Amino acid sequence: MADTNQLKYIYSLRLADNAWILSHRLSEWCSNGPFLEEDLALTNIALDLIGRAQAFYNYAAELESKGRTADDLAYRRNERQYYNNLLVEMPNGNFADTIARQLYTSVYEYYFFMSLQNSKDETFAALAAKTLKEVKYHMVHAADWVVRLGDGTKESHEKMQQAIDNLWMYTGELFEADKTDTALAEQGLGVDNPSLHSLWEAHIHNVLEEAKLNTPSAEYMQTGGRQGIHTEHLGHMLGEMQYLQRAYPDAKW
Amino acid sequence: MVSTTYTREEILQLLSQIADPEIPVVTIQEIGMLQDVRMTESGCEVIITPTYTGCPAMGIIEADIKSLLDKHGINATVKLVYQPAWTTDNITDIAKEKMKKYGIAPPVHSGCDVAKAEAHIACPQCGSSSTEQISRFGSTACKALYKCNECKEPFEYFK
Repeated sequence: MADTNQLKYIYSLRLADNAWILSHRLSEWCSNGPFLEEDLALTNIALDLIGRAQAFYNYAAELESKGRTADDLAYRRNERQYYNNLLVEMPNGNFADTIARQLYTSVYEYYFFMSLQNSKDETFAALAAKTLKEVKYHMVHAADWVVRLGDGTKESHEKMQQAIDNLWMYTGELFEADKTDTALAEQGLGVDNPSLHSLWEAHIHNVLEEAKLNTPSAEYMQTGGRQGIHTEHLGHMLGEMQYLQRAYPDAKW
Repeated sequence: MVSTTYTREEILQLLSQIADPEIPVVTIQEIGMLQDVRMTESGCEVIITPTYTGCPAMGIIEADIKSLLDKHGINATVKLVYQPAWTTDNITDIAKEKMKKYGIAPPVHSGCDVAKAEAHIACPQCGSSSTEQISRFGSTACKALYKCNECKEPFEYFK
């Protein structure tokens, strides 16, 4: 595999992993949402993410060209071979925890895919343009809820602030750049990730201010996703997600 | 099987009968998902694009295309493309009219500007523009839930 293809493979795999894991988390809300419309909203977002994961896994499989399929990549890798950000594997917690995770993720993805749609790689550019349209919807959904809960009752305000604070230490990782990120950004194929940080922070600050919430200032940040080092939560998720394919390999409907 | 008896135009004509599985009153051609047909040595390649990346109807649409063309002895492969990205602007005016009659408010603006698009959705039942969004997400990935303040009926909006 040529060098650039190898880098693009990792990049596509990571984007797929992020979408795939978050999608599964959101799907856990199915039939547990606070009310029917919100149940539908969270599972609709999960569906968008499954579609995105499938597209990026397909592209990764194509770039790898070792005969593995999108399903092989999704169901037959171990925990340490997943490269998603830690943020997306965080448990759903209460509704405010899920919404805080959605806000941080969707605002990041908004700036990320806005930049990736200019990629010189045609597939990345096309998928980014398509994804961006969906991410805008996800972002409006999350921001609406943050404002509604933050500027709501005393209890909803406290829970929202707590969720915003708790997940803050998982946001630094979003803007990291390892040698894959840097090399692809230099070639105009990927995104200059660190440059998105200030845009993201300003955007988050505006939403939180409108919600009468404080922007966290803690500086310590968790890291590990790019190296496949995860929190204890991912293994449990994969256990559930991969059970069928592990127990009955190649099972078909 | 070699399909020398059908031209590209004739195949497009055949495919224009296939209904969208989720909104059966409109066809995949009218909704803008059918992008192109390319003639190949062994038959043809049908190019389709999803409305939303996670659209669960794509599998059914692919099967519908293959089975229809198979009935006519045409060997077809189906290719899913994301470029150019589908937008609500791909929906033909005829399809918008059909959706309205079916009770789904058709998109009025391009889906790219969310705030603008959601400002004035007319009720497909009574035509009133005094409507209210209940949820940004509806029964399928491509729809949102609304209610009309005039006739009090709930309805779906194609986003």
